[in-house]
Amino acid sequence: MQQSNTYVIVFSAILTIVLGGLLSLANQGLKPMQQKSVELDTKKKILSAVTDLKGKKGNEILELYGQTIESIVVNLDGDPVEKDEKGSDIEAEKVNIAKNFKKAPEDRMYPVFKYHKAGDKDAVEAYIFPVYGKGLWGPIWGFIALETDLNTIKGTSFDHKSETPGLGSRITSTEVRNRYNGKKVFDDSGNLVSISMLKGENNSPNVLDDHHIDGLSGATLTAYGVNDMLDSYFKYYQGYINKLKNATEKVALLY
Amino acid sequence: MSTQTIEQAVEKKPAEAILSKRRKKFINDPLSEDNPITVQVLGICSALAVTTQMKPTLTLAISVIFVMIFSNLIISLMRSLVPTRVRIIVQLAVIATLVTLVSEVLMAYQYDMYKELSVFVGLIITNCIVMGRLEAFALANKPWDSVLDAVGNGLGYSWIILAVAFFREIFGSGKIFGWPVFEAMGLENFPINGLMVTPVGAFFILGMIIWVQRNRTGFVEH
Repeated sequence: MQQSNTYVIVFSAILTIVLGGLLSLANQGLKPMQQKSVELDTKKKILSAVTDLKGKKGNEILELYGQTIESIVVNLDGDPVEKDEKGSDIEAEKVNIAKNFKKAPEDRMYPVFKYHKAGDKDAVEAYIFPVYGKGLWGPIWGFIALETDLNTIKGTSFDHKSETPGLGSRITSTEVRNRYNGKKVFDDSGNLVSISMLKGENNSPNVLDDHHIDGLSGATLTAYGVNDMLDSYFKYYQGYINKLKNATEKVALLY
Repeated sequence: MSTQTIEQAVEKKPAEAILSKRRKKFINDPLSEDNPITVQVLGICSALAVTTQMKPTLTLAISVIFVMIFSNLIISLMRSLVPTRVRIIVQLAVIATLVTLVSEVLMAYQYDMYKELSVFVGLIITNCIVMGRLEAFALANKPWDSVLDAVGNGLGYSWIILAVAFFREIFGSGKIFGWPVFEAMGLENFPINGLMVTPVGAFFILGMIIWVQRNRTGFVEH
């Protein structure tokens, strides 16, 4: 009886329904927690470009984020975008940078996160831009925070999918990220130069000027990936940066 | 004559101890003499892939033990119902369900770890040890015995990958569970070995563990 086709089919059907039901139950039950985890992860990355989050718990981070971050989405020209193609509201935190990366630069959406004093939206302290690119083994991404002069790096946070542990994966370490602090994106006449990581480590201080930082020994290709990523994203955000600069200059002229 | 047989039947009745000598063997054997990785050489893929650091390795080990215990238990409970013709598919469905559950729970409560392990949680499904134990043991044995067998094999797998991860992390990154050992010992410039973070490093460590173990147990492949 157990070997009959009917038995096999009925057994398989019941098994499939039971297991499938179990999985959808688990999925539905865990969904709120999962969404919260993903949200927390994104917000943590954004904030860690401007402040040290060590020792802060999940809820504290979310609270801090709510108080200090205002987000908008702009296009390549730097104009704000509020609706997507389907007409629904865009939330900067929900913009998938990886998916946007596959589109042509002019079709992408570019989120901007403004870091301001807690509760005071006008007292902006930093502009945070997401970046995305190719490392040696897989994608790398992060957030770059610029001071209000829109030139000096305030902080960075990087992450990666599969860079070599102990070599390329060092881009996530505080020590490497801090090397960017205080470096300049534009030169004195306002041309985009970006910031490059050099080949090799412990380069002489003479070559480490405003646009160059010390490299990663054994991870030159990852470093070059980071350089390309920064260079291209500063270009993409240049439209927005220029508009902001013009706006602040006009305000200055009025006084 | 008849009274004798009745007496014998009565004598047999007391239930076997929860951890009788026979059952202890289910746990002890896979730890060393019948280890799934070093002796049966199963599950090598994950032993090479996730063992660059201790923390993800521990998470994977716990996940594998969980999946093994419950898949062994479920299959053992169903063993008289499972049609032999589709038994492999049934085992696969049960394992895949449990692995998906683990992955969902990790995503909800340990998101950082979920990202780090990424594809390797899903790959527990293809870990030969899990299905091997279902096919070889759970289909023919009682639930409790199967659970013990799963615990034994799960621990046997875990201690090997944790040992590999220990050596790879300490020599490859100079850390244990992310804690900088050599720095704490005042050896800040202790040279780390880049080979250890590549899968090749795992082969070396695994080879040495197998060597030491076979030297001790005297196991020879025929």
